[in-house]
Amino acid sequence: MTDPSHSGEQRADQGQDAAAPPRGERSQRAVAIAGAVAGHARRPRSPGGVIFSIEGVDVSYGGKLAVRDVSFDIREHEITALIGPSGCGKSTLLRCLNRMNDLIPAAKVTGTVDYHGQDLYGPQVDAVEVRKRIGMVFQKPNPFPKSIYDNIAFGPRVLGMKGEMDEIVERALRRGAVWDEVKDRLKTNAFGMSGGQQQRLCIARALATDPDVILMDEPCSALDPISTGKIEELMTELRESYSIVIVTHNMQQAARVSDITAFFTVEAEDDSGNRVGRVVEHDETEKMFTNPSDQRTEAYITGRVG
Amino acid sequence: MSAIGSAPRAARLRAGAFRGVLLACLGLSVLMLVVILVDIVLDGMDLISLNFLTNYASTFNQDESGIRAALLGTIWLMGVVAVFIVPVGVATAVYLEEYADSTRWFNRMIEVNIQNLAAVPSIVYGILGLAFLVRGPFGQGNVVLAGGLTLGLLVLPVVIIAGREAIRAVPSSIREGSMALGATQWQTIRRQVLPAAIPGIATGVILALSRAIGETAPLIVVGAATFVAFDPGLFSSFTALPIQIFDWIGRPPNENVDFPALAATAILVLMILLLAMNTVAIWLRNRYEQKW
Repeated sequence: MTDPSHSGEQRADQGQDAAAPPRGERSQRAVAIAGAVAGHARRPRSPGGVIFSIEGVDVSYGGKLAVRDVSFDIREHEITALIGPSGCGKSTLLRCLNRMNDLIPAAKVTGTVDYHGQDLYGPQVDAVEVRKRIGMVFQKPNPFPKSIYDNIAFGPRVLGMKGEMDEIVERALRRGAVWDEVKDRLKTNAFGMSGGQQQRLCIARALATDPDVILMDEPCSALDPISTGKIEELMTELRESYSIVIVTHNMQQAARVSDITAFFTVEAEDDSGNRVGRVVEHDETEKMFTNPSDQRTEAYITGRVG
Repeated sequence: MSAIGSAPRAARLRAGAFRGVLLACLGLSVLMLVVILVDIVLDGMDLISLNFLTNYASTFNQDESGIRAALLGTIWLMGVVAVFIVPVGVATAVYLEEYADSTRWFNRMIEVNIQNLAAVPSIVYGILGLAFLVRGPFGQGNVVLAGGLTLGLLVLPVVIIAGREAIRAVPSSIREGSMALGATQWQTIRRQVLPAAIPGIATGVILALSRAIGETAPLIVVGAATFVAFDPGLFSSFTALPIQIFDWIGRPPNENVDFPALAATAILVLMILLLAMNTVAIWLRNRYEQKW
């Protein structure tokens, strides 16, 4: 857990300069979201190098195009949010980043996804090796039907990680901000935890294997606001050591936690009527929510569509 | 607007009558079961004793006659069946659920044929066992191994079907969670899917064994003996409880031995074994089944 006074200070320091003058026609909701952006505890970030370079990516399922021509970069030590209406392909794109789409036999990915300059879909790249480095947290908490301890230890064990397992488990649970709540019942079944605890356990489980990126697919959509708050706080902490890509339906969440936002939309193809997702705008979150350059982004974040 | 009243009298009568018919059907099957159980207990109770379990069958002394050879033969057979069906059945279920692409024609054909195999009459398996396990180049003769493998083939589809259901009941979110941590497909199956499916698989195995334990026809075809006065081994000839019962029932009582009464007692023992196995299966399912 963070020291609350510390993050409060940062909030006070960074508050003013982030508050851009609202444009006249903006709705109240947009102002509220802009407020969330301004109030977000933004640590001075030192954007590192490019970690993912996505170039002209198309994804299709059984011959039907789902996402077309996605291109943008994801940088180290930033939280990148993917937002947009249902069916716009944001989760589909997220699953390209750790090759989870490979598990669906009908899925096909074209274009290039470079990870530290190496093509993830190159012929000699093994999807299992990819997933060892790029962790994932899912929409619904999915603890294994085992003890809390064994949930965390599973990843390090299958990866053959060296070191004292008790220490690995404790470190992961501490990083996942769930240690204090479970330290006395590590041997009990993870199914006995609350939904919010389960999701933090899943985050801790992903951290236990020391990945350098965490992909989160709507990690808070099944949780109450208090659990959501804890996970958002955790994400801001994790940004120090990891890069995070998060898919969210909650625009306030994107505004609160992310540094960069990519806005997706879904449009019917002219000829077939097949609905295909694409990226409309990709920019700094602050700019996106206060001064979007595309009409469609503004319509979506102000709540006029979607 | 009128008040909400009761349903028309005719509709209520029809609903009541339908419910009555359903209950009567249920009652009939439960009644038959009770009649069978009571009849078996009443007929078999008289001669049951420890001696009955530990003595070999005898044709001239009723009090010294027992089912030792048949009981040991049945235990040996079940051992062979279990050792055969668990690995083969579970491996087949894992392949079909986790690896096979069900859109390919040969995988669909295998699935349909497993359903069909479960419906093949048991005597056909007996003939198969006779041709390939008793006689022929790999034939073992009329031994426990051949009988056990024949029964194993017979109940293998039951294990495969139960195993597939248990594996399918493990949600895909568990597989995804495991794969996302960098586990291979085999590690995911070995360390996540199979442990979660074990209660369901074990239940299926016990139900398969409880079907095999009562089978008579295939054992007759593969040449189970009717009179055995030694303890069987894997490569010895053998008898089994259903065979012993079948033999005793066919013999008219003489002045020394009431063979039908012995048969009734053996039936009681077989039924107690069956009920015990099914109880374990139900207990396993209730105790260890994972709620997702």
